[in-house]
Amino acid sequence: MSSPASARPTPLNAVHVALGARLTDFAGWNMPLKYTSELAEHQAVRTTVGLFDLSHMGEIRVSGPQAGAALDHALVGRLSAIKPGRAKYSLLCDANGGILDDLVTYKITDDEFLVIANASNTGVVLAALTDRVLTFDASVTDETEQTALIAVQGPAAQAVIQSLADDPDNPDARDAVAALRYYACMPARIAGLDVLLARTGYTGEDGFEVYVAADDAVTLWSALSTATEAAGGRAAGLACRDTLRLEAGMPLYGNELSLETDPYAARLGRVVQLDKAFVGQEALALAAQDQPARLLTGLTGEGRRAARAGNVVLNAAGEPVGVITSGALSPTLGRPIALAYVDRDEAVEGASLQVDVRGTLLPFTVSPYPFYKRS
Amino acid sequence: MTNPSHLLYTAEHEWIQLTPGADLPTEPVRVGLTTFALDALGDVVFVDLPEVGTEVTAGDACGEVESTKSVSDLYSPVTGTVGAVNQAIIDDPALIAADPYDAGWLFTVTPEATAKLLTSNEYEALLD
Repeated sequence: MSSPASARPTPLNAVHVALGARLTDFAGWNMPLKYTSELAEHQAVRTTVGLFDLSHMGEIRVSGPQAGAALDHALVGRLSAIKPGRAKYSLLCDANGGILDDLVTYKITDDEFLVIANASNTGVVLAALTDRVLTFDASVTDETEQTALIAVQGPAAQAVIQSLADDPDNPDARDAVAALRYYACMPARIAGLDVLLARTGYTGEDGFEVYVAADDAVTLWSALSTATEAAGGRAAGLACRDTLRLEAGMPLYGNELSLETDPYAARLGRVVQLDKAFVGQEALALAAQDQPARLLTGLTGEGRRAARAGNVVLNAAGEPVGVITSGALSPTLGRPIALAYVDRDEAVEGASLQVDVRGTLLPFTVSPYPFYKRS
Repeated sequence: MTNPSHLLYTAEHEWIQLTPGADLPTEPVRVGLTTFALDALGDVVFVDLPEVGTEVTAGDACGEVESTKSVSDLYSPVTGTVGAVNQAIIDDPALIAADPYDAGWLFTVTPEATAKLLTSNEYEALLD
């Protein structure tokens, strides 16, 4: 179960080893899968707070007078239109409209954006952005190596961040944390360190993502860890991150999204802004005119046996009508949940379908997702 | 991790309540998962066990163990008839990891023949 020596350590690797984490090679990075129990870590994020090392994510800075225009050309959304201090979820597509990555972009100032790429796609995103800004007065810099990312997710996340936000130069620092809106970011001092503090996440909970210089990562983690434990929370690994995001109905690149995936089939048409020119715009304008043959669909089952990625979905007559892309026994709901691409005619809420789980046909019901919403 | 020396083991990380070197018992004996298997699996959330009365075959898959992320086949260490299944771990799969060599047993079987079984020392050598 040890990771190959070739996997890159994050700046927090020694911390994970000291905590006894089970480490795994994830997209070439040596990452904590779990520290103790992934179910306990999942539960901590839902009820108190969990602390994640996400330093494997790619940080790519796009700067310059035409940075906004360059990103409007590069991504399916209109990044220039958002206000400084806000974030936007978008897609990077190829000329055929296939999805190269799904990513969050922070607008720091009118001239400066920070693009967060999935670890497995950072090289692809960097190459595509570098190519696509060539005709603009903008530059692209990969800051992944110099940047650590720690996520603080859960109902107690705000309290944890506030407890470390005191800043002699800013008496209102704690209030500023509370006032930070969802999908917004601001420069802040946390535990005395300069960070970019963002209210974003991938767990379905309130939460923050804290970007910090790699050299400060251990100091920041230590402070956050102390505050997290004081709040009854704990360090959390990639295993629970996957069950959390699935409960929250969030697509995962490589499972729900890929070069072969149509954003409309993935029900992400809302993020595609066809009324501007961008790479993939012509293909996606055509795709938007057709109804996708299959739609990303939520399924819930009975009992405790989960459907898994690759399992075939069948209709009541036993005909194959889809494929599972992600599935798990939901730790919060106590029943199987899954995402699947299902024929449009069958993807009707409440419809009874079956999933072939390694030779056993199990009943599933088409259900809206997110499967879990915080109250 | 220590694996009790009074049990025998499979290379697929099951244990069976057979005494090394002794004759096969005529009564049903317990089968379970080793701590190595449980550590590798992660939190077990579902177990599919053979039904009582089923004939299981040494080395053949006879059930499944699911963790949050993965599914693993369960192999029978012996050929024989299933005598009982542990309802407590079906109701609460976390019990398996909490007490893998005792309360976390999976099912019992009356052994008629065995595949290659390992002593605790042989099994631990396999893990190194």
